[in-house]
Amino acid sequence: MNANTPLANATPILAIERVSKRFTMHQQHGAVLQVFDRVDLQVDAGECVVLDGPSGMGKSTLLKLIYANYRASSGDIWVRRQDGERVNLSDADPRELVALRRYTIGYVSQFLRVIPRVSTLDVVAEPLDEDAGGNLAARADAREKAGHWLARLRIPERLWSLPPATFSGGEQQRVNIARSLIKARPLLLLDEPTASLDAANTRTVIELILEARSNGTAVLGIFHDPAVADAVATRRIPVAGFREASSDQAARPHPTTQRVPA
Amino acid sequence: MSPHPSPLLRVRGVSKRYGQQWAVQEASFDLWPGEVLAIVGESGSGKTTLLNALAARLQPDGGEVHFLARDGQPQNVHTMSQAQQRLLARTDWGFVTQHAADGLRMDVSAGANVCERLMGLGQRHYGELRSQAEAWLRRVEIDPIRIDDAPRTFSGGMRQRLQIARNLVTQPRLVFMDEPTSGLDVSVQARLLDLLRQLTREMQLAVVIVTHDLAVARLLAHRMVVMQGGRVVETGLTDQVLDDPQHPYTQLLVSSVLQP
Repeated sequence: MNANTPLANATPILAIERVSKRFTMHQQHGAVLQVFDRVDLQVDAGECVVLDGPSGMGKSTLLKLIYANYRASSGDIWVRRQDGERVNLSDADPRELVALRRYTIGYVSQFLRVIPRVSTLDVVAEPLDEDAGGNLAARADAREKAGHWLARLRIPERLWSLPPATFSGGEQQRVNIARSLIKARPLLLLDEPTASLDAANTRTVIELILEARSNGTAVLGIFHDPAVADAVATRRIPVAGFREASSDQAARPHPTTQRVPA
Repeated sequence: MSPHPSPLLRVRGVSKRYGQQWAVQEASFDLWPGEVLAIVGESGSGKTTLLNALAARLQPDGGEVHFLARDGQPQNVHTMSQAQQRLLARTDWGFVTQHAADGLRMDVSAGANVCERLMGLGQRHYGELRSQAEAWLRRVEIDPIRIDDAPRTFSGGMRQRLQIARNLVTQPRLVFMDEPTSGLDVSVQARLLDLLRQLTREMQLAVVIVTHDLAVARLLAHRMVVMQGGRVVETGLTDQVLDDPQHPYTQLLVSSVLQP
């Protein structure tokens, strides 16, 4: 996406302002683990921002904060809803958070959380089923779309009626991706979506991310494979900067100002 | 953005005392249409007392509970007449008890158990009642061939599913559940949970479910309320409370669970 298009000049889809996260572990005599401190980050429509850095630096934690799976210790996380309204996750009520997950924020977690007894087709269709309620035609349509996504991600049709519990790691990951992409949402969070995929499936996932970008989705992702990051990123941010920022706030360059040429 | 400007259930400062002992102190929350809320905590934390107070099964010593009636008016569930309470309990509400024997008539047929509420509302046509009962038995995965058998002859899991059918037949908007899966074998539990999950979504039911099992809460509930010693110590989205618990007691609760 060109920086001069109107979309890029609009309010960012995601704007993180001075966000800190620390875990206070009461079972360990109140030990405090500071993951990062006063982080700023913006992601615009059509951008794919990649978080770089070794594990344990808080990359996944940042995604979990944006999905409201974790609660920020301080700071603001602004998300632009599809109706243009900005919502701050740090003071949104739970009902608003549920609505944001439903309509605004898609998230591919590192691992699929398997629901016992539910077929793969139903697992993938679930985000659409939530909107369908008791509407049988909408539910049938959801199943058809789920089949389309599973086929695109090369999950053989004979597996669709089975629960994904017994699937391989790579198959579960592809089910997870299908489940997250079946419903287009303005913001997409990706936590190592290609970590256990073979070359062909990795290429498919790259294509899907580029498609999402060209549809105006704002993407924020973590990729262990530098080749995948190179293929999808419009901008890269070294997460090591987050920690350094906390110990020496003034002297360090602003993490969002460190741009890598696309 | 939402078609519902008011919560289905508004709970404010509900307290209940037994003698000198407070069983529940100052519980407050809102429940919205279609939302599943889990109340978790260990035995004696006051969660069942709170559930019974919400469902007007006991009178609290303080606080108010308002239910949004079908006419759009919030009604105080404790100050309405007993006749109104009974009507609500038979139509717009359901209550699924931990022991199916407490929620079923064990000696009358499964079909009669399912249809009792409909008959209470004046439905008399035998053929129609029977076909509704059959449809509901199928929906809760009970072979309709058992329609004339008494629940006394059913397994624990079947009884619990029958109790659910009995409660849902009037298309209630709010269902209270007290430990609906405890006491069942793990495989039977999984089947029941899956069924509850499907039904709550398809029927857009609002549910308040009391459980000590965090896995049950994870699977069914959008939101969670954690109780300790009669007080609400933490609330939030289910995965937020389980994955990033803030209160020392919630952290203890979450870290005590064995992950199979």
